[in-house]
Amino acid sequence: MSIKNYDELNPMHIDVLKELGNIGSGNAATAISAMLGKEVEMTVPAVSVLDYTKAIDFLGGPENIVVGMLVRITGDIEGMIMFILQKPFARAVLKTFFGHEEIDMMALGENEASAIREIGNIMAASYVNALSQISGRMINISVPSLTVDMLGAIMSVPAIEFGAVSDQVLFIDGTFILDNQSIKSNMILIPEINSLTSLLSSLGVDI
Amino acid sequence: MSKTVTVGISDLSIVRSPDILVTYALGSCVGICLYDKVIKVAGLAHIMLPSSLASSEDTLNRMKYADTAIVDMVKRMSIFGARQDRITAKIAGGAQMFAANSAIYNIGERNTKAVVEILQGLAIPIIASDTGKNYGRTVYFNADTGEVQVKSAIEGIKTI
Repeated sequence: MSIKNYDELNPMHIDVLKELGNIGSGNAATAISAMLGKEVEMTVPAVSVLDYTKAIDFLGGPENIVVGMLVRITGDIEGMIMFILQKPFARAVLKTFFGHEEIDMMALGENEASAIREIGNIMAASYVNALSQISGRMINISVPSLTVDMLGAIMSVPAIEFGAVSDQVLFIDGTFILDNQSIKSNMILIPEINSLTSLLSSLGVDI
Repeated sequence: MSKTVTVGISDLSIVRSPDILVTYALGSCVGICLYDKVIKVAGLAHIMLPSSLASSEDTLNRMKYADTAIVDMVKRMSIFGARQDRITAKIAGGAQMFAANSAIYNIGERNTKAVVEILQGLAIPIIASDTGKNYGRTVYFNADTGEVQVKSAIEGIKTI
């Protein structure tokens, strides 16, 4: 048996995916805390099957300007990780690195861009390492690519990539909070539907 | 009084003057604005993928693909009284949001190419376009004037 449609996921599958998201993003939060020398809180991940319009509204609306990073996942599990950093979060991160007070997000210098990419890289690597250890599956990640633009335009990338199969997507979403509620970023694991069966069965879950 | 009609992702709408059509944050998607200036009927489609032939959906969403969405839009505009030989097109979008990487094929460019070919096949001239590059675009399409405003975070607002 394999999962061909997100409707086939039962509550137990969702719970398992939530727990995977929890462990993965817990690891990522620890990594970013160590890097920034600051406490980074993390919410319990939400696992949901959403259409893109709802997901975009949840993250602040299509024209919300955010810092987006795309990391591709290949190997036994395929898919992508999208990082959506709200501007205050990216600013707070850059402030810890460089001490700048105000940074124009539309004109990031190479140093700033590298620092943000490095955050993405470390978070993605710690997330995926956790997944890999639990599932025993081999998972590789790409170097993150970065853009600062409208959220809707950024989210069109996974929407298009998985669009020939479905208008819905499985989001495993972890929210990271720095200092206070207003400084947020989201890390969204978007597994390809064929990889879900592999991921769940590696954990001994009945499909 | 004009009203503004929002066109979602994989969606299309037709309005008459003086209404305005808007679609937000086109990334690699393409917005196709068709206009019959004689009767001031405007149609806007927000397509995601070039061809419905590549679909493996259970039920085909015709508004998602350039080939099916454009043909359907022209048909629906003719119900409003538009004539295909009077329709002109303006297109925007088709960006590559993330830097080139061997693993990332350039879907924005493929979408734009498909839209151009389909419009050529229908003998609909493209009178203006703002496509490609690496940024998102919001499109406002005024059914009274046929003007298309393209808004981006980088370039601000320009009229095509």
